[in-house]
Amino acid sequence: MSKNISINVNYLTRVEGHGNIVVEVKDGKLEVCRLEIVESPRFFEAFLRGRSIYEAPHITCRICGICSCGHTLASIQAAEDALEIKPTEQTTLLRKLLLHYEQLDSHILHIYLLVAPDLVGVPSFVPLIKSNPDVVRRALRMKRLCNELCDILVGRHVHPISAVIGGFTKLPNLSDLEEMHKRLLELKHDVEVTVELFSKLTFPEFERDTEYLALVNDEDEYPLLYGDIGSTDGYRVSKYEYKNVVNEFVVPYASAKRTKWHRDSYAVGALARFNLNHEKLHPKAKQAANVLNLKPKCINPYFNTVAQIVECVHCVEDAIRIVELLWQRGINYDEIVIPDINELGKLPQRAGEGVGAVEVPRGLLIHHYECDERGILRNANCVIPTNQNTHNIELDMLKLVPEIITQSQEEITLALEMLVRAYDPCISCSVHMVKINFK
Amino acid sequence: MSKPKVAFFDFACCEGCQLQVANIGEPLIDVLDIVQVVEFREVMSEKWDGEFDVAFVEGSITDEHAVERVKKIRERSKILVALGSCATIGGVNGMKNSFQLEEVGKYVYGESYKFFPTIHTKAVHQVVKVDYFVNGCPIYQSEFLTVLKCILQGIPYYVPEYPVCVECKLNENVCMYDRGLTCMGPVTKAGCNSWCINNGNICYGCRGLTINPNTEGFKEVLKKYNIPEDFLMKKIEMYNKCKELDRS
Repeated sequence: MSKNISINVNYLTRVEGHGNIVVEVKDGKLEVCRLEIVESPRFFEAFLRGRSIYEAPHITCRICGICSCGHTLASIQAAEDALEIKPTEQTTLLRKLLLHYEQLDSHILHIYLLVAPDLVGVPSFVPLIKSNPDVVRRALRMKRLCNELCDILVGRHVHPISAVIGGFTKLPNLSDLEEMHKRLLELKHDVEVTVELFSKLTFPEFERDTEYLALVNDEDEYPLLYGDIGSTDGYRVSKYEYKNVVNEFVVPYASAKRTKWHRDSYAVGALARFNLNHEKLHPKAKQAANVLNLKPKCINPYFNTVAQIVECVHCVEDAIRIVELLWQRGINYDEIVIPDINELGKLPQRAGEGVGAVEVPRGLLIHHYECDERGILRNANCVIPTNQNTHNIELDMLKLVPEIITQSQEEITLALEMLVRAYDPCISCSVHMVKINFK
Repeated sequence: MSKPKVAFFDFACCEGCQLQVANIGEPLIDVLDIVQVVEFREVMSEKWDGEFDVAFVEGSITDEHAVERVKKIRERSKILVALGSCATIGGVNGMKNSFQLEEVGKYVYGESYKFFPTIHTKAVHQVVKVDYFVNGCPIYQSEFLTVLKCILQGIPYYVPEYPVCVECKLNENVCMYDRGLTCMGPVTKAGCNSWCINNGNICYGCRGLTINPNTEGFKEVLKKYNIPEDFLMKKIEMYNKCKELDRS
């Protein structure tokens, strides 16, 4: 079939950050197909050098507003690893709780505000205010609830205040725990309604087998805060070997740093986590997966959103469990951390190197620091989930376009936009991404 | 009267300030009753090619492409608002200015650094005229709503000139210096209700230096608590490095 198509989506909307989709089809043949990232680089890794490692979480959480708690936790893990600080059990529980709050907040934003408009054929949530006011109100209410949960725990969601190296600068009191519990129950109800709503919507059908990567460990709990790096192709290595996993490489037309492990590309994110760790999900989340028809190994990238809905059920249930556990045990207030950048040398300091690997909403996030004997950063490296997904998205596009080539240019464009959005790319945080020179 | 047309634009930043706006939640529906949001790329596909009554600009200016883009936005906007630390003072992105640009590029991208042309990080007002400033990293939601009300009423918003300490005292926090810590509160513009100190952390100075900081008084404070001045300078650099461009 001879057909000419030229798609140029300049500034993809409803994603975090700036990206373009470029597709050229000539005489029915796909000639160009790529996802361009046009975010201005900010050079975090470069300017971290010379700062105290104790400041790293404060600075690196500013890489991204939406995964800011996840960056904080990865950064803290890397720094504590370098400084040989071991968090207490209470601290670990509270960090897990914080990560749940962020997964919920980010997933809800993505599911409702970014993806849902495509599924019902409108350009944004704004027209839905009139046509489906209950749905919009629920989405905003859920978002607000997650924010309030973060406010109570760490002061705010965007750039959390009290989560620091060593623990927390404030700890929840009884009424905070009560308040979080109450809000989590409200959220739980809204999450259940969300499962029902999305079970009635249709996601595009498309499949491409790929390698999925996520944290794995030997515990019974769905791993989010720590573990080794695992793959659906059956591999497992320690987080310290991340460089051998991500194998950053450059594509000739863009000089972008991309990643691959055993295949041409790999995917991280909710679907990857589900594919690797579905057995460890909360029973209610497993039930939701059934209702939403999500089964491992799912290789339809559009179903990443479905996996996010399933994770919402898991996170809200597990958060309730943690709050109840803390309530039962009581909080040890002796563990309150006094923040410092260590200018007075009161905190542990040693030369060291550390790696933090955390599952943030969009997938595996790695921070790697090296500091001198005064705790001053000598080197820093951050590997961001979106960065790892870019090449996989592009290979998806390469397979998808020929399959839908008989459709109109508008339909193809929408399918591609939806595909990119399904990965929930957070391009603003892509400290490694490339700037394309437009011709 | 037609609703004012409002748009949001982002430059180099974490987009957390836009998120703070989205995070306002249900009350946003009431705001949408009185303004028409015509562009907000992060959450809307709609675009607009006319004039903006109010343009909110988030992020700092870090390359020539951004310089041109923000100038065009300025031309099309009656009122331009700098949203958040990156836009108002350059934010953490300004720390890049402590290094040679080429060296910074090479550190992150190796020999491919030439694909990432970059300039010294600038705050928005260092490139175009700004009518309103909403400070903070991230912005403080209630201050944002106050500024929005001022804009819609056509009156100026005055960023408090007193330091964070004033609000901190009203919140009855124990002074961080008395706890043996160095805090940026005494030289940082207020308006955030001493958000970080209320949560047990120190002030990192994200809202920028007060217009007329009492440096001599502050030096005495540092002396009293035995804190070397250069440590403080390092702290000031975290958010205020772009200020040096004003003097050059």
